[in-house]
Amino acid sequence: MSSTTTKRPKKVRSSTAEDPAMAKSPVSKFFGRLALAIVIIITLFPIYWMVRTAFSDNRAMFGEPLSLLPVDFTLGPIKRVLGLATSAESIAEGGSGASINFGQYMVNSIIAATLITVFQVAFSAMAAYSFAILKWKGRDAVFNLFLIALMVPIIFTILPNFILIKDLGLLNTILGIALPAMFMTPFAIFFLRQFFFGINLSIIEAAVIDGASQWRIFSKIVIPLVWPQIITLALLQFIFYWNDYLWPLLVGTTDESKLLTVGLGIFRSQTPAGNPDWAGLMAGALIAAIPIFILILIFGRQIVGSIQSSGVK
Amino acid sequence: MATKVGRDNQIVPAMLFLIPASIGFLAFFVWPTFRGIYLSFTDDNLLSDPTFIGFQNYIDIFNDAVFWRSMAVTFQYVFINVGVQTVVALALAVLMHRFTRSMVVRGIVVLPYLIANVIVALVWFWLADYSLGLINAVIETIGLDKIGFFGSEAWAMPTIALVNVWRHVGYTALLLFAGLQAIPRDVYEAAEVDGAGEFRVFRSVTLPLLRPVLAFVLVVTIVGSFQIFDTIAVTTGGGPVDATRAINFYIFERAFERFDFGYASALAVILMILLAIIAIVQNRLLRANESDMER
Repeated sequence: MSSTTTKRPKKVRSSTAEDPAMAKSPVSKFFGRLALAIVIIITLFPIYWMVRTAFSDNRAMFGEPLSLLPVDFTLGPIKRVLGLATSAESIAEGGSGASINFGQYMVNSIIAATLITVFQVAFSAMAAYSFAILKWKGRDAVFNLFLIALMVPIIFTILPNFILIKDLGLLNTILGIALPAMFMTPFAIFFLRQFFFGINLSIIEAAVIDGASQWRIFSKIVIPLVWPQIITLALLQFIFYWNDYLWPLLVGTTDESKLLTVGLGIFRSQTPAGNPDWAGLMAGALIAAIPIFILILIFGRQIVGSIQSSGVK
Repeated sequence: MATKVGRDNQIVPAMLFLIPASIGFLAFFVWPTFRGIYLSFTDDNLLSDPTFIGFQNYIDIFNDAVFWRSMAVTFQYVFINVGVQTVVALALAVLMHRFTRSMVVRGIVVLPYLIANVIVALVWFWLADYSLGLINAVIETIGLDKIGFFGSEAWAMPTIALVNVWRHVGYTALLLFAGLQAIPRDVYEAAEVDGAGEFRVFRSVTLPLLRPVLAFVLVVTIVGSFQIFDTIAVTTGGGPVDATRAINFYIFERAFERFDFGYASALAVILMILLAIIAIVQNRLLRANESDMER
């Protein structure tokens, strides 16, 4: 990463020469880059402000609302929302003193998002194999039927699904949160089907002649060929379900089943209107965002690439 | 020969591979869709067995002032959100296309989209807080009057719409950027030879060639925009008065705070029909655009 960063000025100049879509005139270049710099600042500043607030003393902060650095730098808010501070310590720094445990919610979020991602991607890959590699009558009609599900608004299926999960006795369990998404999502099948179409069929035909079973072809040949796309899809779905709010809000309301987003919403609604614990709230938000930041740092290139390719169809 | 026959009729393995996905599809998409439509004709309240009441819910909705108000603020949200977002995203896509090839810039720009709605909402709720937030502190320092971004009827919905512009604009810009990259390079060479300036290049080369992608992006953003929920739920809760009670939030309230499941289902049916109509109309327009391009 660092080596490419130091070389970048050179690279940009040389690619400008090759790429006619890039602006040439120095005046255009100056204003264009200035505008980009402003966009980047507007994008990053609110995220920085969350970090700055999360490390500030909630009482002292209100005296210096314009301070760009954390006010009286402290780990108090982080400790407070992780349930590591005593109630006296919390109150001294302007917290509410009520017990909140984002550590537990984070464990719940990790379990729920992982459970959904692993099963959903595996089952969707099997379905995509059926829709792209296997030949059978009515294949495209059934696929289109699956795609129609994309058109149904989330709120519409949520009401009956809530009744179903309630009847199954899965309210306030992580399994109840995960179950509706674990079997498939039309998007995942659609995403993988495209890559399966790109596979050279002669490899598969050779395996059929050798007498390999369909399961063996699927697991030993096809999946390894599209492994990078499987990982990218898994990342996108993990982030999506990590960020999800409405469904977990309805199904998981106990400490054992509450996800981070839900915990944040409740924390916000419980803060007293006159004297809110903004530092604590931003500390909770930061904790919920950090796993996503880490994933982006590691896999940013794949994520950006997959979003870009989803546009041109 | 035997393999040839097998290859054309693989219905048995195909069905086996589809078993898990089909369970999910039938149990959590098809069944709830029919059940939801059925519930919309009942007085279901989660406690007693639902009674069939015909079109009563739909008649009540037609006479429900809160519903009409809710549709009005939803349209207000969609109009501001999609309008501002599309213009800014287009500008940003062009900036990226004309001035940088940096993957890091693209990563930064798409970052807000990958952060949870709830987090984004809370960060801006804090930034725009009336008494202690940074934005109002700056406004006060300059000597202007503070603004109740989330607290005043006039500002609340536009504020929420703009917060979500901040979250989504980079993602939309990235989709448009991909469309820009698909434009053949030689048209830019030709424009350069003709001595066309920055704005001329945009108006005469970039925009017409980008229209099909732009149309696709609009379908996705409008349908998504109608389903605004998270931001409202964690900030205003539908208020002040009912200035931010968007349709999804109203459905949620009727179902899970007042337990009018039948009524809420009918509201959801109406939303589904509305979104289907919008998608179909836009699809027509999208095709019209494409045939324009081919001329």
